[in-house]
Amino acid sequence: MAKADFKKFIIYSLFLGILILPMVGFPGRSFETARAFTIWGGIVGILAFWLVSKTVRRSDMYQRTAAHLAPFRNTVSRKFSKFPTKYYILALIIAVAAYPLLADNYMIDVGITCLIYIVLGLGLNIVVGLAGLLDLGYIAFYAVGAYSYSLLNLHFGISFWLALPIGMVIGGIFGCIIGYPTLKMRGDYLAIVTMGFGEIIRLVLNNWDKLTKGPNGLLGMAKPAVVYPAFTESGLGWVVYSLKSLHALYYLMFIIAVLTVIGVRRLDNSRIGRAWVAIREDEVAAELSGVPTTWLKLLAYAMGAAFASVVGAFFAAKLSYTNPNFFIFMESCIVLCIVVLGGVGSIPGIILAGIILIAVPEIFRELQNYRMLAFGLAMAAMMVLRPEGLIPASRRKRELHETDQFAPEDLKDGG
Amino acid sequence: MDNASFFIQQLINAIFLGSIFSLIALGYTMVYGIIELINFAHGELFTAGAFIGIIVLAALQNIGFVETHFVLTLILVFGMAMAYVAVLGVAIEQVAYKPLRKASRLAAILSALGMSIFLSNGMMLSQGVSDRAYPAILGMDGFSILDARITYGQIFIIVLSLVLMVALNMFVNWSRLGKAMRATAQNQTMARMLGIDIDRTIRATFMIGPALGAAAGVMVGMYYGSVRFDMGFIYMIKAFAAAILGGIGSIPGAVLGGMIIGGVEVLWSAFLPSEWKDVTTFVVLILVLYFRPSGILGEHVSESRV
Repeated sequence: MAKADFKKFIIYSLFLGILILPMVGFPGRSFETARAFTIWGGIVGILAFWLVSKTVRRSDMYQRTAAHLAPFRNTVSRKFSKFPTKYYILALIIAVAAYPLLADNYMIDVGITCLIYIVLGLGLNIVVGLAGLLDLGYIAFYAVGAYSYSLLNLHFGISFWLALPIGMVIGGIFGCIIGYPTLKMRGDYLAIVTMGFGEIIRLVLNNWDKLTKGPNGLLGMAKPAVVYPAFTESGLGWVVYSLKSLHALYYLMFIIAVLTVIGVRRLDNSRIGRAWVAIREDEVAAELSGVPTTWLKLLAYAMGAAFASVVGAFFAAKLSYTNPNFFIFMESCIVLCIVVLGGVGSIPGIILAGIILIAVPEIFRELQNYRMLAFGLAMAAMMVLRPEGLIPASRRKRELHETDQFAPEDLKDGG
Repeated sequence: MDNASFFIQQLINAIFLGSIFSLIALGYTMVYGIIELINFAHGELFTAGAFIGIIVLAALQNIGFVETHFVLTLILVFGMAMAYVAVLGVAIEQVAYKPLRKASRLAAILSALGMSIFLSNGMMLSQGVSDRAYPAILGMDGFSILDARITYGQIFIIVLSLVLMVALNMFVNWSRLGKAMRATAQNQTMARMLGIDIDRTIRATFMIGPALGAAAGVMVGMYYGSVRFDMGFIYMIKAFAAAILGGIGSIPGAVLGGMIIGGVEVLWSAFLPSEWKDVTTFVVLILVLYFRPSGILGEHVSESRV
């Protein structure tokens, strides 16, 4: 056991004791010793585990065993990577499509929520991952989609399918409204301004009683309906089938998600996608190379917003209800967390992170309260330990390795 | 109540709110000046200060200390809250910001945001979801000017915040560490060459800024009588608007910006529908960033910084 590590362990434990004991120990007026020391003890235990595992990994025996196992591990990973990606995708699609047949209603609902967040994550990925513009108010576009469908349906009786393109256009316009004043900004200013915009939209929805009914929300939108020809009592006619069952809604969301994945993937590899990456890496150089940065940045906002407003409309239609409190800042953080944990710019990563972050807390209901705590910690830890995410995008991975090899000092102001 | 007393009442409110925003904004401005990172967790540090204030006050009330040693109680409450939050600030810096000093800007911002979410939810879990009532120790004693009622508590809070601001200004301008801070903010590489311990300077910044925020948190708790785990968010945005309005990185600017934002908010609530007052602050923030990103007192910021 290295002495320096042990010293670090003691100092960290004491520090954490100072920080945790007063906060946790006084939920009311008196000190609750058991509660405070259990939590502190748990964290010190984790630190001790880290210390032990570090010592074990340093030991000779572990190193020798690892050396023995290395060839075996390599063959296994080679076998897996030889498997074409096609089959993985096929297996995933079959699994997702077959899921409602096996699950009960509650689990299907969780599945729909998962898909919604995956699509939101993919949409935000255009803004954050490709164009490199940090957007902390992304959920506002989701709100715009939800409210535009609700209002169009309640006031003009416009159907879900017609409202989708209209909602996309409205969402895109809102994206440009947010994008335009922020064109010159970067990094942290951009983050604050988008956060402000997100809050403005929520507050407007909350306060504009005449249009949005304020905090009570809008109620009674029609569910999406499918019209198909069939023989009825009065001969051949059109039959309206309203997608009321969870199964039908699940498949509708599934189709939206698949279309989004295809769309984002094509965007990623397109000329526009490469131009976005160029802007992310170095805006001045991109501009000088003839990339129309202004238009492309606006386009990134508009595209991201359009995806969010599609799911927003779906969300409103599914519940037949919206209210401003669905669109708080924390929701933006959850979506951002999905993008960051999955790996900025990586589609499979975002899908995986969406499943983990949304489904796991729903399945273990008692962990619900700790969800955001874990999200926050995971977000910071991910940035420190593994900035490329769970499943790094191949392009991003290459970039990160390049920065490892060549003078990292020069790139420190780049982001 | 006639016009003059209404005016005085609103003026006191504006100065109070303005000094709160100034104190929080100072934390932003100092941190931003040195490492060019928005400390997203600053709002949560402010809330943590308020909670520690409650805890210390409640503990002192339990042993009947408040009645006998009133002044000592105030010193203890503010001192412990500020000390705790200073430690917390340094801990956050060491864990979440220090490893990312050379990483991309996006990574640092996301890490800060993660810390903010973590702290706010940690406080929710440990201190509860609902409002916590602050023990009313300042009382309602006071005096009247033209029918406008001013309590000694309000005067005390305003004076204390002014003292803190002046002390900070003196510290930054005259002390050795303060000079090191200014040098680091101006040019980190050069400061390091001249033998300034950059790590130590940054640690000191992360103690002083959050400690001021914690004092503001205790003041808000004492003044409004309750605190909530998520109250930091709205104060954070407003204080940030104040820091930008005054010119980020500038200490007098943060105070000026805080006073302006506080004044605008009080004026708005006095004459216009108050549910829109938060929208006003956001609009002010966006307009300032759009038209004059360097703020009122800020030196000209090159475009790359913005």
